[in-house]
Amino acid sequence: MLELNKDNFEEEVLESEGIVVVDFWSESCDPCLELMPEIENLAEKYEGQAKFAKLNIKGNRRLAMSQQVMGLPSIVIYQDGEKQEHLSGEDLEASEVDEAVANYV
Amino acid sequence: MAEVYDILIIGGGPAGLSCAIYGSRSKLKTLVLESSRKLGGQVADYHEMENYPGVVDTTAPELVDSFEEHAKKFGAEFARGEVAELELDGFIKKVRTEKGEEYQAKSIVIATGAEPRKLGAKGEDEFRGKGVSYCATCDADFYVDLDVVVVGNGNSAIEEAIYLTKFARKVTIIVIHEEGKMDAEKLFQERAYANDKIEFVWNSTLEEVKGEGIVDTAVLKNVKTGELTEFDCDGIFIFVGRVPSTDFLEDTEVDLNEQGYIITNDEMQTSVQGVYAAGDVRDKPVRQVVTAAGDGATAAVMSQSYLEAEEHWRENVLKTDKQVVVAFWNPTDNDSLDTLQTIEKLGVEEDDNKKLVKIDTYRNTLITERYKVTEIPTILLIEEGEVVERLTKPAAEDLEEVLS
Ligand SMILES: Cc1cc2nc3c(=O)[nH]c(=O)nc-3n(C[C@H](O)[C@H](O)[C@H](O)COP(=O)(O)OP(=O)(O)OC[C@H]3O[C@@H](n4cnc5c(N)ncnc54)[C@H](O)[C@@H]3O)c2cc1C
Repeated sequence: MLELNKDNFEEEVLESEGIVVVDFWSESCDPCLELMPEIENLAEKYEGQAKFAKLNIKGNRRLAMSQQVMGLPSIVIYQDGEKQEHLSGEDLEASEVDEAVANYV
Repeated sequence: MAEVYDILIIGGGPAGLSCAIYGSRSKLKTLVLESSRKLGGQVADYHEMENYPGVVDTTAPELVDSFEEHAKKFGAEFARGEVAELELDGFIKKVRTEKGEEYQAKSIVIATGAEPRKLGAKGEDEFRGKGVSYCATCDADFYVDLDVVVVGNGNSAIEEAIYLTKFARKVTIIVIHEEGKMDAEKLFQERAYANDKIEFVWNSTLEEVKGEGIVDTAVLKNVKTGELTEFDCDGIFIFVGRVPSTDFLEDTEVDLNEQGYIITNDEMQTSVQGVYAAGDVRDKPVRQVVTAAGDGATAAVMSQSYLEAEEHWRENVLKTDKQVVVAFWNPTDNDSLDTLQTIEKLGVEEDDNKKLVKIDTYRNTLITERYKVTEIPTILLIEEGEVVERLTKPAAEDLEEVLS
């Protein structure tokens, strides 16, 4: 999964055509670490249909907040650079992400 | 036929894991069903762990990792699934998950704990992940040098507020009680007062969450005057107690109290035989890791003795075509020793059409209570599972009459 940061976020997400799914996470967020491998599986499943990327909020806090993300784990779905959906909460399940992404591809 | 577990534990928090350790170590076929990705329950969501006896320097996630390792060591099995439905009548009970998987077990331990209570303030759901949080360790990183509000005043609220001061510039605790009054233990109260970054707003609760995309304002309500004030903040952490996870018990005979906690006796037994409850989900005064672990151990041991008594009864009394002479006795009671001697002299054990089963009323309370035996010795004659004769404190002649 593509690593996002301040330098490439604009280009890879906001100026990107099609569907981009961004997984916001941090080392200290246990639910994020548990969810990550399942999101990686989804990335494989949607290969060619949606781009999956992750953003470690450590060092990118302002960037996350500019995307109105202030809670982890958060998964945000973009279409043609426009924010479409924001899923969040420590009980977030990969199956919910799967269902949400399926609506766009 | 699908596998039948001896003990099926619902929930993999401290209570469930402790129960799994005891169950699997006693060689019972043990399964833990856990709905979330990770075992450990609530403990996986906070950091500090200062009061688990015998483990001086640890963190909450570390402690619960060793619970998990310990349970796996003795061969307990684990599966993922959220239990949605139970079928509890009959010796073999059925457990169904939300996704439709079905499991079977002879005894069930409910250890589903409790989940954070939502406050029900306006905007609370809308701003989840955008500044409203129920998990300090998940979200603290966002609030470095920012201002946060903590709603609540119990142990968790105060502990988490103190944790947040390591990140935030200022932490304001919203307390519904009068000035100086909190539900948290004294120790936590003192630590909060001593912390420069912590401030309090008394007599107040959260009425509404506002913001443009992300939280910027907490609307507070004074519960005495009804007055509303707008309070600038970047995040709102809500710790206003927990509610038991017992929705899936609605259509069962398991008794709950008014708040939805499961009612048990000292043996962790619920109102349904063979069904036990352990940990925070139970109606009890102290909800901590150590008490959850204690409950789990008790539930495992009690469920084992239930299984032994029930299986012994089924095997020896219900599944035979002989007439069964059941003697309820107790080794410390002389009368019951005499009665047993009389029965032996009458040659019951040599008779091919009869079978003697002794029930120690002290050890086997399950069968003793089921047949409402209150005095010993009591003798039951059972044919094809039905009681055909009942003798309480029989004289030798009475025994002779019915047994020969
Ligand atoms: C912020 C905070 C700080 C705390 N600090 C301390 C402390 O310092 N010391 C201390 O001793 N205690 C502390 N506690 C309390 C302690 O964590 C609990 O008492 C303990 O976790 C209870 O364990 P449990 O196994 O009964 O329930 P839980 O830990 O709640 O575990 C229940 C498990 O069941 C699962 N479950 C629920 N429903 C279902 C279902 N339908 N199907 C399958 N699985 C299900 C849940 O996912 C969960 O994993 C704290 C609690 C909080 C919230």
